[in-house]
Amino acid sequence: MAQPATENSFAKGLRDGVPIGLGYLSVSFAFGLSAAAAGLPVWGAALISMTNVTSAGQVAGLSLMTAAASLAEQALTQLVINLRYALMSLSLSQKLEPGIRLLDRLFMAFLVTDEVFAVASSQPGMVGRRYFHGLMLAPYLGWSLGTLLGAAAGGVLPAAVRSALGIAIYGMFLAIIIPPAKHLAPVRRVLVLAAGLSCLIAWTPLSRVISSGFSIVLCTLAAAGAGAWLFPREEADHAG
Amino acid sequence: MPADFLAQVAVMAAVTYLIRALPLALCRGRLQSPWLRDLLFYVPYAALGAMTFPAVFSSTASPWSALAGVAVGGVLAWREKGLLTVAMAACAGAFLAERLL
Repeated sequence: MAQPATENSFAKGLRDGVPIGLGYLSVSFAFGLSAAAAGLPVWGAALISMTNVTSAGQVAGLSLMTAAASLAEQALTQLVINLRYALMSLSLSQKLEPGIRLLDRLFMAFLVTDEVFAVASSQPGMVGRRYFHGLMLAPYLGWSLGTLLGAAAGGVLPAAVRSALGIAIYGMFLAIIIPPAKHLAPVRRVLVLAAGLSCLIAWTPLSRVISSGFSIVLCTLAAAGAGAWLFPREEADHAG
Repeated sequence: MPADFLAQVAVMAAVTYLIRALPLALCRGRLQSPWLRDLLFYVPYAALGAMTFPAVFSSTASPWSALAGVAVGGVLAWREKGLLTVAMAACAGAFLAERLL
């Protein structure tokens, strides 16, 4: 089987990042709103988004700092909620062109978000440095700008529009996971298992002892581990 | 604003960045274990599945409008439409459901 070519066009990355950036506008708008409501100045809300670029971690971090939590609590919470990024970065390390320099990797690591990771992973072949750089741009701008707008002028949008925008990011997830699940039975089973476990934890008393961030790590490891064990992929797929 | 605001943000940013950077910086070759490679192949689907469900049902004002959004988005995703199309259709589905219900 011929290996698909490495994707390394900055312009293609930029284009692929636009839907993510638009989705982020609405999600970070909501974060900006709540940061302003919690008493942060507009620059403070923007600073958090521009240095963290993560939704769940920022929401938790905001509530901790306004509750006067210690720096150690803050660090531990971020570690647990964001641990999934370590899995994503590890997965990406196998997807990136091997020749990419350390300095470039350290730069790219800044924007390993759920959505950037998902889009990079969905490329048929390896991913190159220029493609990834292009892919980072719109999401970063969208995330920063949305926060700024939300903190500065959040009250302007009607509640009905704010509510509907909340689902944008999940709609994008559906567009990423459903087509491969339709074509590949093992992917379908891993997906159903992960979603099922996640619902099980969220809808039972387990949610009282397992935070939502840690639940994602657990469900991901359990479902992907079961997939690797039950549905090993043909070695031919890995060649390259 | 909290008195230690800048320190809090610095801790958040540093922890989050290190989680992302260490695996990318340290793991530079192809992993030897086929099982581990397969696991990492399945990670994106498992992670997105776990992040979408059940969180999507509390992403809008009511679970019913979210369900409508998932249904509309799901059908378009099944027909393999683009990311932005599916995302906007899910928003439209949720918006309409909130008007009608």
